[in-house]
Amino acid sequence: MSSRDKILAAIKNNQPDQRDLPAVTPPGTGEFSGLSRQFIEVLEGIGGRAYIVSGFHRIATILKEQYTDTHRIVSTCPELSALAEISQHYEDPHTLENVGLVVLEAHFAVAENGACWITEEKMIERALPFIAQDLALVIRRKDIVPTMYEAYERIAGAEYGFGVFIAGPSKTADIEQSLVLGAHGPKSMTVFLLDEEMSDAGFY
Amino acid sequence: MSKQDHAALADEFNKDEPRVDWHDQTLWFVREKRDKAAQKVPEWEWLRDTASKIKDNVLSNLSEYLTLFEEQAIRNGIVVHWAADAKAHNDIVYSLLKKHGIDRMVKSKSMLTEECHLNEYLKEQGIDVVDTDLGERVVQLAGEPPSHIVLPCIHKKKEEIGEIFHEHLGTPAGNADPQFLTHAARLHLREKFLTRRAALTGVNFAIAETGEFVVCTNEGNADMGAHLADIHIACMGIEKLIPQRKHLGIFLRLLTRSATGQPITTYSSHFKRPRPGQEMHIVIVDNGRSVQLGRKDFRNSLKCIRCAACFNTCPVYRRSGGHSYHTAVAGPIGSILSPNLDMKQYSDLPFASTLCGSCSNVCPVKIDIHEQLYKWRQVIVQEGYAPAGKKLAMKAMNWVLSNPSVYHTAGKAGRWFMLNAPFTVNNGLNPWWKGRDMPEVPRESFGQWYKKNRK
Repeated sequence: MSSRDKILAAIKNNQPDQRDLPAVTPPGTGEFSGLSRQFIEVLEGIGGRAYIVSGFHRIATILKEQYTDTHRIVSTCPELSALAEISQHYEDPHTLENVGLVVLEAHFAVAENGACWITEEKMIERALPFIAQDLALVIRRKDIVPTMYEAYERIAGAEYGFGVFIAGPSKTADIEQSLVLGAHGPKSMTVFLLDEEMSDAGFY
Repeated sequence: MSKQDHAALADEFNKDEPRVDWHDQTLWFVREKRDKAAQKVPEWEWLRDTASKIKDNVLSNLSEYLTLFEEQAIRNGIVVHWAADAKAHNDIVYSLLKKHGIDRMVKSKSMLTEECHLNEYLKEQGIDVVDTDLGERVVQLAGEPPSHIVLPCIHKKKEEIGEIFHEHLGTPAGNADPQFLTHAARLHLREKFLTRRAALTGVNFAIAETGEFVVCTNEGNADMGAHLADIHIACMGIEKLIPQRKHLGIFLRLLTRSATGQPITTYSSHFKRPRPGQEMHIVIVDNGRSVQLGRKDFRNSLKCIRCAACFNTCPVYRRSGGHSYHTAVAGPIGSILSPNLDMKQYSDLPFASTLCGSCSNVCPVKIDIHEQLYKWRQVIVQEGYAPAGKKLAMKAMNWVLSNPSVYHTAGKAGRWFMLNAPFTVNNGLNPWWKGRDMPEVPRESFGQWYKKNRK
């Protein structure tokens, strides 16, 4: 008998009696309001920041203001081609080592924890959202779900090779519980909530 | 029993009282953050209950879920390996590295590899392993095991970490600023991520339905390693399975709130397929878990999601330090997992508890930790693993308590000695004297008082 079969047989032999799966629908869902406000508050609480913007022209303006010293900006958004390199593919992820800022479109955000869901076809290279010094994600403002329950309702049947929830900048508190932003990944995380009905004067 | 048991190692830790206070307060601070995070979720108790029930279902179908997981993972292009014990696990990892001619590897946090002593084993084979979690890198450079499963160097003061970095990374002597030290580690480890061809990660959750696995980190070290390496090896215990992807919606809401009070870790990475040109391996490890599954009283310990909430709340852990448990997973949960691995070596751990039950109250998957500690004590004594002194004392106690005349005489003698010759009890031979003053001696026993006042 192979090691695999022996292990499985031992487990089978010691398994307790059948217990059924519980329902995963939380009690009292469906009364959420002010999701973007909650999302922004939580994201700021974990070291990130957010802007509600009317379009990519606003995003470009904000990025130009804030990343004056950043030499290499990589993005998937063609609207940002004036300030970023737009590429579909990189031969070797190691060449991304000197990326300053990466701007990617993500699928949706989660209000309760400030997380954004992004899968690999939206990140060019898997390493990119991690290796860049700073990260910015663009999400439609309507694509904010209340909790992880609704998040997994959206992606329960989704097909991807790699996907990740990103909530704020990379961080650590391993030294005496002192919070430091920028452990190995991006030192900052900015989320642009795109709302085309928003007037420019009303950006957050 | 290892060279020193929990009590002896805790004594060692307690020699520096201000440090014990600092350790205690630091961990209590984390426990308080957990409370605040939990209280913000109105359905918190429902989440705990549901998570516990999902794990019940997992344990009752574990062989089926593992078979399904393997089938799906293979379909996704992942190579699946099975390891019956620590040695088999270490051999598999080494053979993969050897096959690719790799002698340097980055590794993100995996308590399983600590349990299997993988680093030591690979070192003997000439493989250089760099732990990339900041806390783990600190203890690795210090030549110590982690003292906490979530906060590996929580026992170290920043000045000591500054010292270690000065010695190994060349940071200026005397600089103990966490921001500065973290930045130094970032530069030091970035070079490792960029040059290592193999990355090993742990697994937080493996999904039977899809064959994918999820790794949670705040630092991004698992992703930096895995996405830059030619070969990604993920090691998991058999109990990491959950049935469906949607169940992550329960567990990811609980894990980090319970661990550090954050709403979620910075990164919750779902690995389903290797990236083009990359090799991805999963090593599924039993190492005693199938035996624990058969122990009716203790199988619930396999529900553990490694949040360490039970560590942070435990009055014994906070005041004795993680190293006093002399095992990879310390704290209350480690004290019910370890005796299954080696009952003799870890026979002291179920006694390293006040049985206050705080661990069970904070456990996100509702493991009856303190009840299992109590049950392990009985198993350990029955199997003959209690220390000789304790066995003798229990026998003597039994004799005294079951003979009224002996009991009264002993009481009288005790009171006489405490009153007239206090040095006979106020010394190191009396364990009740350690760390506290003996009570004032009453003039008479309750029995005598009752006889006088009974009307």
